[in-house]
Amino acid sequence: MQIRSMFFKANASSALANPVLQANLRTSKGKFVDKRRTAVADFQAEGGDFEAMRVAAAEVRNLVLKDLDLWLEKFEAAATARGATVLWAKDGEEICRHVVDIARRHGVKKAVKSKSMLSEEAGLNQALEASGIAPVETDLGEYILQINDNEPPSHIIAPVVHKSLDEVADLFEKVHKKPRKTEIPELTREAREALRQHFLDADMGISGGNFLVAETGSVALVTNEGNGRMVTTLPRVHVVVTGIEKVIPTLEDLSLLLRVLIRSATGQHISNYVSLLTGVKQPAEHDGPEHLYFVLVDNGRADLVASEFQDMLRCIRCGACMNHCPVYQTIGGHAYGWVYPGPMGSVLTPLYQGLDKAIDLPHAATLCNQCGVVCPVRIPLPELLRKLREQQVDKNLRPWLERLALKTWAWVASKPKLYALGTRFGVRYLNWLAGGSDRIRVLGAAPEWTLGRDFPAPEGRTFRELYAARKP
Amino acid sequence: MRIALFVTCLVDLMRPRIGFAAIRLLEAAGCEVVVPETQTCCGQPAFNSGDRASAALLAKKVIIEFEGYEYVVAPSGSCADQIRNEYPGLLGDDPEWHGRAAALASRVHELTDFLVNVAKLDKLPGEFAGSITYHDSCAGLRSLGIKRQPRALLAKLPGVELREMPGAEECCGFGGTFSVKFGEISAAIAGKKCANACTTEADAIVGGDLGCLLNIEGKLRRMGDEKTRVLHIAEVLAGDR
Repeated sequence: MQIRSMFFKANASSALANPVLQANLRTSKGKFVDKRRTAVADFQAEGGDFEAMRVAAAEVRNLVLKDLDLWLEKFEAAATARGATVLWAKDGEEICRHVVDIARRHGVKKAVKSKSMLSEEAGLNQALEASGIAPVETDLGEYILQINDNEPPSHIIAPVVHKSLDEVADLFEKVHKKPRKTEIPELTREAREALRQHFLDADMGISGGNFLVAETGSVALVTNEGNGRMVTTLPRVHVVVTGIEKVIPTLEDLSLLLRVLIRSATGQHISNYVSLLTGVKQPAEHDGPEHLYFVLVDNGRADLVASEFQDMLRCIRCGACMNHCPVYQTIGGHAYGWVYPGPMGSVLTPLYQGLDKAIDLPHAATLCNQCGVVCPVRIPLPELLRKLREQQVDKNLRPWLERLALKTWAWVASKPKLYALGTRFGVRYLNWLAGGSDRIRVLGAAPEWTLGRDFPAPEGRTFRELYAARKP
Repeated sequence: MRIALFVTCLVDLMRPRIGFAAIRLLEAAGCEVVVPETQTCCGQPAFNSGDRASAALLAKKVIIEFEGYEYVVAPSGSCADQIRNEYPGLLGDDPEWHGRAAALASRVHELTDFLVNVAKLDKLPGEFAGSITYHDSCAGLRSLGIKRQPRALLAKLPGVELREMPGAEECCGFGGTFSVKFGEISAAIAGKKCANACTTEADAIVGGDLGCLLNIEGKLRRMGDEKTRVLHIAEVLAGDR
């Protein structure tokens, strides 16, 4: 996917000016936040300890990351023993090459897909189309985006969260050429009817993977619509495209991670479907693919191992950080300009795409730490964002005026006499700007502040002055 | 008990009365309050902007000025958090400075936390008649656990009626330099905070961090709300002089 994160600020402005998007964001936020809160409260009420579970989940992820290469080898051996083929992809291009090769080898004309963010990273749909293979998204949200001119997703688990029912109804009417439906069940039925034949026709299924289980060589898929199960069982060829960091040791670990993932993501105790796909179809079995491939992707992940950003690789893609982020909830996911939005995206995008291609993203957070306290694997997101800011400063990537302002401020603040003098003039200047009122309408020194709010006027003298005057 | 007041740069510049209110409260709690004269800023704006060198320079200055006191109190969860939780890591490369930062850290408190948990202030000097809705600032709430303390103190004022707003724990959109880097987004988040606060129809929105309060007040006024007061908890607890 082409990165557009350099336009973050302009994207955010148009998002703020879009009343439909704003209304949609308001509706969805309540749902995600409230449902998670209720799910955690229910868990506690049943005698569970959600915090302890977060700690344990983070430990499992850390354990894997400590020896990632060994766990991947274990996974490869177990998957291969069950008839699967494990391929490795360095970047998006290699993902596309592997998948197109597999499709050609098996004479594939059509591929049905369940959600895979890696395929977004790689722009896999475009590559398949260019090779004459028709990709069909079967996750309802992803399907809506695909028929809307391949619009990018705006959320990692709810890709069309930015759209209203009305917008989807209009789109279906236009694309399906059937009478306009206005109720959600009717719309989903229409999508189901449109998708059914694709499932039956497809020669290949493509899915992501929530977890790779090293002891069994299985991929675990968490879905709510059932399309994931169709995609992994109906076509004769299946390809799993997922990141190398998704491996976990055992099925026992899977049960722990599912508990925190699903509660954090949708607030369900368990999703409608949890599928485990292990090996190819055996002679006595009735379903499952005859050929199973894993394309395990680096695309920047290996570089994070043992770096100061390793914590980020614990991420299990629940979306809780963006659901709780005041910035994401105000501008939506498209503004971030690449595959992953919100706090996790603001960390991953600069790391995977280059610090200079996403100058704004590490700063696009108030560091309120709502994300950090809900993250099911305890990723210190604000701390990682701050580390990225430090790297930007070290590499001279920040605007010179900002750097100069900070350096000057810090230098003055380190000289108490100069600071006292500067602030003495500063407050008088601000008071003059306020012109005797209690507020400043346009603040030239920090024009961004007064774009959407006033700047309250200072009292008039500094504490320092008043305190010195008060002393006997 | 001899304590040092860390005034904070925002209070020094914008709202000196909060500093004096803090002094009155600490004195009412039986403390001898010292205000080290050379203090300026804790360095958080530099730290959060990625300028580690500048942040470390100011951190060392704060440590030198404040390490001689039994306790350090700040009328801000954000600044107290910076000194308590960030200085030791910021100066982690230098064993001597790291040790001094760590030795200071545990003695630094946010004002309401100090009044409730250390000084155990019982009788408040101020009085306030009216309804209040309390905004929990992010650093205070999530890094220092400031939630119960301001409410416990407000409960000691007989004239105060506390009305909790929806989303009291959500960020107001200030975020330090975020507010001037992404003014539009910041103000839009502040708009949601104000709308939530206004559902309570409280006379005043009260909080413990001046940054948030300036943001909230600025947004309220721009929205045309001229009547809701925006006050720091110290002003409410200490009363007008």
